[in-house]
Amino acid sequence: MSSTELEQTAQALEALLFAAGEPLSLDRLRALLGEERVTRQEIRAGIEILHGIYAARAVEIKEVASGFRFQLRQQYTEQVMKLWVDRAPKYSRALLETLAIIAYRQPVTRAEIEEIRGVGVSSTIMRTLVDRGWVKRIGQKELPGRPGVYGTAPAFLDHFNLSSLDELPPIQEVKELNQLDPQLMLVVNNVD
Amino acid sequence: MPTPTETTPVQTELALAYVAGQPVTELPRDLYIPPDALDVFLDTFEGPLDLLLYLIRRQNLDILAIPLADVARQYMTYVEAMKLVRLELAADYLVMAAVLAEIKSRMLLPRRQNEEDEEIDPRAELIRRLQEYEQFKNAAETLSNLPQMGRDLFAVAVDLPPGKRDQSRPEPKASLPELLDALSLVLERSKIRQHHNVEEEKLSVRERMSGILQRLDGPDFFPFESLFDPTEGRAGIVVTFIALLELVKEALLEVVQTEPYGPIHVRSVR
Repeated sequence: MSSTELEQTAQALEALLFAAGEPLSLDRLRALLGEERVTRQEIRAGIEILHGIYAARAVEIKEVASGFRFQLRQQYTEQVMKLWVDRAPKYSRALLETLAIIAYRQPVTRAEIEEIRGVGVSSTIMRTLVDRGWVKRIGQKELPGRPGVYGTAPAFLDHFNLSSLDELPPIQEVKELNQLDPQLMLVVNNVD
Repeated sequence: MPTPTETTPVQTELALAYVAGQPVTELPRDLYIPPDALDVFLDTFEGPLDLLLYLIRRQNLDILAIPLADVARQYMTYVEAMKLVRLELAADYLVMAAVLAEIKSRMLLPRRQNEEDEEIDPRAELIRRLQEYEQFKNAAETLSNLPQMGRDLFAVAVDLPPGKRDQSRPEPKASLPELLDALSLVLERSKIRQHHNVEEEKLSVRERMSGILQRLDGPDFFPFESLFDPTEGRAGIVVTFIALLELVKEALLEVVQTEPYGPIHVRSVR
């Protein structure tokens, strides 16, 4: 592929990414441009060209789990938010905790989530997570009742601007359970 | 024991609620709980572990050094009050109260001195759960602070007319024998490619199922062979294959072959 052809490929990619309205994967881009016409490497090269072009713009190409998308650079969020009257809604702690357990402990059953949180998982929360496409029932456990097993879906990573689960921030380590101080109990009991 | 009049906010916090026009910045201490504050309290805590964690942290205590009797007494006070107002919500909290009572009574029993094997501290399990819960409580906060689409990030796209988008054309289904043929091909390849013995890892089919679904993101088809990593050796390939079959059984995957002996493609069902 000549450099002119590569430039044209880059422009075609630009058009597709702007028109798609959702991230497009490398293979999907290749299928759209014609598998017989472009290789994966050429698509990569085209994306690189676009990276170069957009380096000086407020828009950037980002690779997330589902593929490539154009997005505004994060530094302009504050300005852009002024276009709206309301702030984006906050997710409840219950939803975020459930999501965090699924993300870091997947595949997990509902019962395992409840065990960690110490409370029942509300069906509304699970439905919200599934409806948003963040969480998927990815199987079932060979246990009585064959409970469903949940894991995160690519849309979850897309939403949090990540391309793979490896990019999730590391989870805080649990402290080693050393000898507990037997005196502590006694002291307090004496006060009682 | 401090009386309600002694309570002064130790740090500036956001108001949790407004009761009779007054901002409530701190949850009620010890025995006195204003009835109005109880609803606030129920909405503030995400369950018994969260409440316990709060009671421990309020005293700036390490989880590993819970003065259990103290915390248990405070905990019971909250739960007693809660039972009066919203009994249905108290169930989860009552289970924890029972756990605390059990630990407390076991701590009071004299320890057998002569036994060789050390007795497991009755607090250990509760502390493990508290730590695990706190771990995910923090993870949830970290998650919430990540840049999010629609809040911190905005996708840029041109506005095109609505209508059904083309995902892909329907393909004929691949049959099991063809799937097995493709498997033997992958296995052959693994024999050729294996240079060294990879340390054996525990391969879980479930984990692999999750992994496969992760890889088959989006509406695209993936070549069957691309799901296998020949360097993993036979065991890894078999686990991947079983995971694939399991996913097909769950109707989470679609396997197609356009022509006899043609390449087999896999994608996730949406």
